Amino acid sequence: METIDALRVTWYLLIGLLFAGYSILDGFDLGIGVLFPFLAKKEEEKRLLLRSIAPVWDGNEVWLLTAGGALFAAFPQVYATVFSGFYHALMFVLWALIFRAVSLEFRAHDQRRKRLWEFAFVAGSLIPAFLFGVALGNVLVGVPLDEGMEYTGGLLTLLRPFPVVIGLLGLVAFALQGSTYAALKTEGELQRRAVRMERKVRFPFLLLFLISGGAAFLSIPGAVGKPLAWVAAAVVLAALALLGPVLRKGRYQAAFWLSSTMFVGLWAIVGAIHFPHLVRGRGPGGFSLTIHNASSGLLTLKVMTVIALLGMPMVVAYTAYVYRVFRGKVSSEQEGY
Amino acid sequence: MTAVLLARVQFALAVGFHFLFPPLTFGLSLVIFLLETVRIRSGNEVARRAVDFLVRILGLIFVVGTATGITLEFSFGTNWSQYARFVGDIFGAPLAAEGVFAFFLESVFLGVLVFGRARVAPRVYWLSSFLVFFGAHLSGLWIIIANSWMQTPAGFAVEGGRAVLTDFWAAALNHSTVVRFVHTVAAGWITGLLFVAGVAGFYLLKGRHSEEAGIMLRVALPVFVVVSFAQALLGHQHSVQVARTQPEKLAAFEALWQGQKHAPLALFGLPMSAKEKTLLYVGIPGLLSWLVHGDAGAYVPGLADFPPEERPPVFLPFISYHIMIALGFVFVALAATALVLLALRRVHQTRWFLWALLVAVPLPHLANQFGWIAAEVGRQPWVVYRVLRTADAASVVVSTGQVLFTVIVFAAVYALIFVVFLRILVALIKKGPAAPEPAPPLA
Repeated sequence: METIDALRVTWYLLIGLLFAGYSILDGFDLGIGVLFPFLAKKEEEKRLLLRSIAPVWDGNEVWLLTAGGALFAAFPQVYATVFSGFYHALMFVLWALIFRAVSLEFRAHDQRRKRLWEFAFVAGSLIPAFLFGVALGNVLVGVPLDEGMEYTGGLLTLLRPFPVVIGLLGLVAFALQGSTYAALKTEGELQRRAVRMERKVRFPFLLLFLISGGAAFLSIPGAVGKPLAWVAAAVVLAALALLGPVLRKGRYQAAFWLSSTMFVGLWAIVGAIHFPHLVRGRGPGGFSLTIHNASSGLLTLKVMTVIALLGMPMVVAYTAYVYRVFRGKVSSEQEGY
Repeated sequence: MTAVLLARVQFALAVGFHFLFPPLTFGLSLVIFLLETVRIRSGNEVARRAVDFLVRILGLIFVVGTATGITLEFSFGTNWSQYARFVGDIFGAPLAAEGVFAFFLESVFLGVLVFGRARVAPRVYWLSSFLVFFGAHLSGLWIIIANSWMQTPAGFAVEGGRAVLTDFWAAALNHSTVVRFVHTVAAGWITGLLFVAGVAGFYLLKGRHSEEAGIMLRVALPVFVVVSFAQALLGHQHSVQVARTQPEKLAAFEALWQGQKHAPLALFGLPMSAKEKTLLYVGIPGLLSWLVHGDAGAYVPGLADFPPEERPPVFLPFISYHIMIALGFVFVALAATALVLLALRRVHQTRWFLWALLVAVPLPHLANQFGWIAAEVGRQPWVVYRVLRTADAASVVVSTGQVLFTVIVFAAVYALIFVVFLRILVALIKKGPAAPEPAPPLA
């Protein structure tokens, strides 16, 4: 394999890892946002939930910014095609993320509009949690592209059944991640509610996982013949099966790792059935964006690899340190919103 | 209006609003780091209360900065996809590096600063204040690298209609990176230092939180004096760099229609591009030549020396550049006054000066905005100087109607966020630092 091809594959994997890291970390605080109205009833409970994510959500969101930057640098054509093609969908994600980012701080200080900022937090979590999956579903199943790599579909093209199912699967996966995190960080009634919530979303997750898996095997050419996808699917199902017993035993940390493993499994399936595509083309030309025709040049990929090798181990190390600093249950006495 | 013009309006709105926050972060993180250093050296409780207060404000500024920063990263793909295709090889890497090296650092340790005082050892807290300061500035460096490459591109070759990186260091440390970074950081420090000094002045005028206000002024004012004087030189250096590497931009800044020896430095005027004339022009003959070349007789190229389709607009860059410089002199005057009062030890008693500090708080923001307008409009009609035209950089699949819709939503969203942000900021300032904890009863 030529160097540039090796680097292209490396960046295909690294961007997958960044998205997986984002799903695991920002996944739990997006999930807390999605479940917020169901988990927290009293003001005290709301504050506890918000405190559980307060010191870390901002750092978690940087995974998305970094994944976006890495995609831009390693596969600029994909960045250009998807962001301009999915214009309005991504603008809604953007506005949701903007409101979500300010909502926690504003809620704590703007007493008169507390309900508005709570709504911003919930909607700001719900919209991206759904639309990320929709975007991914489109890229997987294919969108109309012309030879100039431009998207030729409309807004409704994006809302075909397969992408919507992937969107719902993503939403439920984020909710699951939020529920295991809430169970880990809280106590008493709030914790019991989080555990019950996990039970409630487990079945819809399984259902959506099977539907989208079946649909993927039917509609994505060659998907059936990817052993890694089968292994990863088995890992997701095994982790899902273990979640219940582990939570019943009160091993909340293990439960959080299990739901995180499920996200890794989901991304592994995506990576396996999609490779070497980045955006599958659909329609007359059958033109697709792959790691071969959409990547940046050799030197950029080399520089990016050095940046990733130098930087990411440090990021993981100090992120782990800061999670240790804030480990344990949240209490109403500690500093926070 | 065309889609390209609307996309420019949207980007200007997004970047202008965003740029209210990072400069404040630069200056505030500096003051917090300095105060925290005082606190760790001497165990000063007043410094601790001042830090806690400023950290709350930094937390607020940082989330709005983050929220509005995401827009910019998205915009390169959503609205400027042809730009992204053309420069992805070069422009994406600094954005990714910003995330990996800087933004993670800043946001993870800001979590420690805002929520971790009781959970980490004092040394770790001090180190966190340094890492937030360091991360903020490193973040700024990567962004300035990316933007400076658009001003003075280097280290690349155009192959198959795309810019391909040929030399990373040449691209990163292009002709304008260093001087623009230093100039921008100094502007950020002035912004944050004046903010802290203004708030401290307000407390002294009201006779509240006098101890915390005292230590905030003691740290912020001397640094403000040094940076304001230094900025005059740094700004000059930047203008000289522009004259060397983007001569038509300097000609627009100075409304120099015809190239000439003994070129004058414009002090005032209203440039009219259509007639290539400047109304009410006041200038000092020979001074521009002297400032740029050290020789009052040297030739400085004018706009007529460049093909009409490559000339920048003149009115906006001229006006913005001159307002920025005028504000720079206001800061120098404030700094000179501060220096005298510091030497006389009369800062606290000089009420008009405390008022002046308070009134001056918004001025660096104006200077920052006008400086960026001058820099970016002065680069037109290019998005990448002499390589890619702005008109060829916008997304081709996004329609005028689509951009119009999003411009309107952005304007509404940002207006709402700005109003609420200001109200919360004012409320936090009115509340001020927490009261000292009562002394423990004597045993």
